[in-house]
Amino acid sequence: MFDLSTWYHELLDDNAIFTPATMAHYWEGLVTTTQLVFLSLVVGLVLAVPLAILRSSKRKWISLPIYAYTYVFRGTPLLIQLYIIYYGVVFFDGIQESFLWPVFRDAFYPALIAFTLNTAAYTTEIFRGAIKATAKGEIEAARAYGMSESLMMRRIVIPSAFRRALPAYGNEVIFMLHASAIASVVTLMDLTGAARYVYSRFYTPFEPFLFVALIYLCLTFAILFFFRFLEKRLLAHLSSPSL
Amino acid sequence: MKKLLSLSLLGLAVAAASSAQARDYDTVRIGVDVPYVPMEYRTPEGDLTGFDIELGNALCEEVGVTCEWIEQEWDGIIPGLLARNYDAVMSSMTINDERRQQVLFSEPYITMPSAWFAASDLDISEANEQTLDGLTIGVQRGTLQDNYVTDKYGSVADISRYSTADDMVLDMDAERLDIVFLDFPIGQSTLVESDEGDYTIVGEQITEPKEYFGDGFGIAFRQRDEDLAERFNEALATLQENGTYDEIHARYFDGE
Repeated sequence: MFDLSTWYHELLDDNAIFTPATMAHYWEGLVTTTQLVFLSLVVGLVLAVPLAILRSSKRKWISLPIYAYTYVFRGTPLLIQLYIIYYGVVFFDGIQESFLWPVFRDAFYPALIAFTLNTAAYTTEIFRGAIKATAKGEIEAARAYGMSESLMMRRIVIPSAFRRALPAYGNEVIFMLHASAIASVVTLMDLTGAARYVYSRFYTPFEPFLFVALIYLCLTFAILFFFRFLEKRLLAHLSSPSL
Repeated sequence: MKKLLSLSLLGLAVAAASSAQARDYDTVRIGVDVPYVPMEYRTPEGDLTGFDIELGNALCEEVGVTCEWIEQEWDGIIPGLLARNYDAVMSSMTINDERRQQVLFSEPYITMPSAWFAASDLDISEANEQTLDGLTIGVQRGTLQDNYVTDKYGSVADISRYSTADDMVLDMDAERLDIVFLDFPIGQSTLVESDEGDYTIVGEQITEPKEYFGDGFGIAFRQRDEDLAERFNEALATLQENGTYDEIHARYFDGE
């Protein structure tokens, strides 16, 4: 019978760099990267939808603070945000004794917070653009039906805005995956961190970085595929009619 | 296409240069990872100094070349040497077999034990599998300390790897790390002496096994630069004889 584990070990035999030990590092890296990107995207999306609605408000005192938030997080490098949240936070006196410390002690949560706030800012602006682009006629029709503002938001504006935002949001997901490569600067062993570790241990830049580049390509391909599928389902009414 | 052409031309030039015999150096560019107190660091005025720097400058003077120091983060320091970003590395680099396969080492110019450092209130007297169980250990990525800790305690403890020793000390102060493993004098000066009483060495200084801890610090050259390495070895012997070495050593390792 074909034995998978013997095959795997034979494959890696006589090979200094792709050993079971480094494979374990890459695997750990893949898990960390996936967790980090997935969680930050989900939380970011949940935050972004209400923020985008409030950001579209005509009342300045509601929309301005959100504009300030998106401006700051889109206007500064993610790396700087990560440094501030990871290294900066420890300069608050007494943080080690506070209930927040279990969160900030680990490198994972500061990175997650930075990534989430960053992607939420971008997603908010993507959705706001889509909300703003809602056809006048649809809104007038909704008003003519006597819909309240919130009902109109729920039934008319949000569903169509979501569809319009989909392609741009797909790009944001891919950007987030690639931006997550900076997580290794705060000691997280993500994919890039694993590559840096193997690189520094075996002094070979090509093998580890090409290998993780391939993994990133595969992940990107999966994301593209998923969004292609979603667009086909949700934007079918916009494609040219088949004969 | 143009780019491709110039790239291949560049490749040719590199090939031609490497097939030529070891060249004569007027200027030797030396890669160094700063800061690593007291081996290499910057004074408040911004000048590069430290044991490696002063000894390196004295060696260059003895050899009769001009030294140029080039800063490079540790995890890329050997690839940088091989990629000709500089001609030598003098940056607290321990001579061991793994590195010997990549680079040519001078004679060791100093031996340096490693040691564990922890906050004084961490209640362990010795680092072993039981006491380290579940702790977070800090190391600098790609150092022999990293290799040792990864192989020996990777299964019982969490290992956080840092690009620079600075970031590691910062996270030690932040209480993110329970214990760090680094070169003894560096831990002594950055942790024990700079924070009075907060940190202490755990257990003995460690120099064994040799397969990890090697044979002292050496200057690394590219394999083919045997002439250059030989000239530095001679210069080192001269400095050790005429007292210059001792003088520099005393300036950085007084009171030990």
